[in-house]
Amino acid sequence: MRIVLGLARAMGADRLLDVRSAHVDGCLYHGQVSLDFAERLVTGGARVAIPTTLNVGALDLLHPELYRGDREAGERGRRLMDAYVSLGCRPSWTCAPYQLPERPSFGEHVAWAESNAIVFANSVLGARTERYGDFIDVCAAITGRAPDAGLHRAENRRGQIVFRMSGVPERLLRDDVLFPVLGHLIGARTGTMVPVVQGLPLTTTEDQLKALGAGTASSGSVGLFHAVGVTPEAPTLEAALGGRGPDREIEVTTRDLVRVRDSLSTGTSSPLRAVSIGTPHASLAEFEQLIRLLGGSRVKAGVGFFVSTGRHILRQIEERGWLEVLAQAGVSVVTDTCTYVTPIIPPGRGAVMTNSAKWAHYAPANIGAQVLFASSAECVRSAVLGTIWRDPELWPDD
Amino acid sequence: MTEDRADGHTLVPGRASGAAVVLEEPLSFWGGFDPVTGAVVDPSHPQAGAVLTDRVLIMPSGRGSSSSSSVVAEAIRRGTGPRAILLRHPDPILAVGAMVAAELYGRSCPVVVLGAGEYGALGEGEVEVEVEAGPDRAVIRTRR
Repeated sequence: MRIVLGLARAMGADRLLDVRSAHVDGCLYHGQVSLDFAERLVTGGARVAIPTTLNVGALDLLHPELYRGDREAGERGRRLMDAYVSLGCRPSWTCAPYQLPERPSFGEHVAWAESNAIVFANSVLGARTERYGDFIDVCAAITGRAPDAGLHRAENRRGQIVFRMSGVPERLLRDDVLFPVLGHLIGARTGTMVPVVQGLPLTTTEDQLKALGAGTASSGSVGLFHAVGVTPEAPTLEAALGGRGPDREIEVTTRDLVRVRDSLSTGTSSPLRAVSIGTPHASLAEFEQLIRLLGGSRVKAGVGFFVSTGRHILRQIEERGWLEVLAQAGVSVVTDTCTYVTPIIPPGRGAVMTNSAKWAHYAPANIGAQVLFASSAECVRSAVLGTIWRDPELWPDD
Repeated sequence: MTEDRADGHTLVPGRASGAAVVLEEPLSFWGGFDPVTGAVVDPSHPQAGAVLTDRVLIMPSGRGSSSSSSVVAEAIRRGTGPRAILLRHPDPILAVGAMVAAELYGRSCPVVVLGAGEYGALGEGEVEVEVEAGPDRAVIRTRR
């Protein structure tokens, strides 16, 4: 409670409000401090007071053999995961808690950590959470309270900077590859404002919004965006802007997008070492798309292919018989963690291809990988061919 | 030598002093800072390689991952972190990291938010900064 109050003071909140659920990110090991904090709570007899899900940990507890890191660090990662479960948190181990059936409803106050989950809860679900992080997440879960400040308050949810998509060709607007790139662009240009995207197709899917949000929250500090006609607080541009004029307007061009796309790659000419998708965790629809793109072919021997997902999605793909299909195709499914926070991808020469701007942004520093950002179709076809393949039709004016 | 004084808003109280290090762009501590070496490791940051240990860190805001609280707290625990953090925009994620380090280890790293004018005046030349952050208001003294 002392930390919740300290945060309330820091944010200038004069009251606390009740939160209905929490999503805790502190279960990923970042050093001794992670264990010191969680084990102090366990020793003190703390329990969470509201439904609380857990983000990824350092290990895939269902497939521990995938872990290639230092044994002691692995043990500490597991001890931390155990500590959070004994506080009463649900062992969901996913960065996409919004894919669970009991997700927050419109207008509901929650205390979520994990930057991509925060932006999804606020933007796509219309739930209300501030950008919480490690420690404060579980403090809010234990107290059931959070400061009445930031994105919990209507006046801070008004869009301020408009990104216009009218100059981007229709074909690109409908392709999955646009969304992580656009997200990365918006995050880098938005600063601390709330961005509004105008001109996305009304058919934009939740998975596309997930990729957009994850991009904005890794290149910037975005906790909420509006997409006119697509997200619930933006039926119109006027509504998204709260009836006021925008502070800034930016015309997005294909050239800007191509430049951002290129900045997401560090290893364009290397041989192909592996493919990693599922950042944020792959949904059922994304698995369906993967199976369609594979079309019965097999990943080339020597190329690793990893999809990160949550346990609840794993169960669903197992029931549908897709897990077997993927295993036959040479695809490894990783749960409970993610391939850019822990050493799973086998070492070797060459680039790792990904369709995730977030993975591309963090993997070079985190796990020392050379990265090649590409579309899902480019990732799958390259894995099958065993060599990097680019779709010449994908990017206009390239 | 000239001495200037600026007032700020306290996010995390405490007292500290040290040489300033000014980051022109926001940094995500998680994935962007190594708590073992105390250096900025984000290759896309214009000041990659800068060492923050024992400095008064001045930057516009935090950025990106919500895991940054842990990395800030771990750096303070190890003694590789900055002595104080001065921001232009409030950043709860960094503030919580500093609060937890104070709770667990009794080590203080004050975090203060400054207005645009005060913030802009800080980052010029070699500066020694003294931070005195009370429960609400903070006083920043700079010597150059």
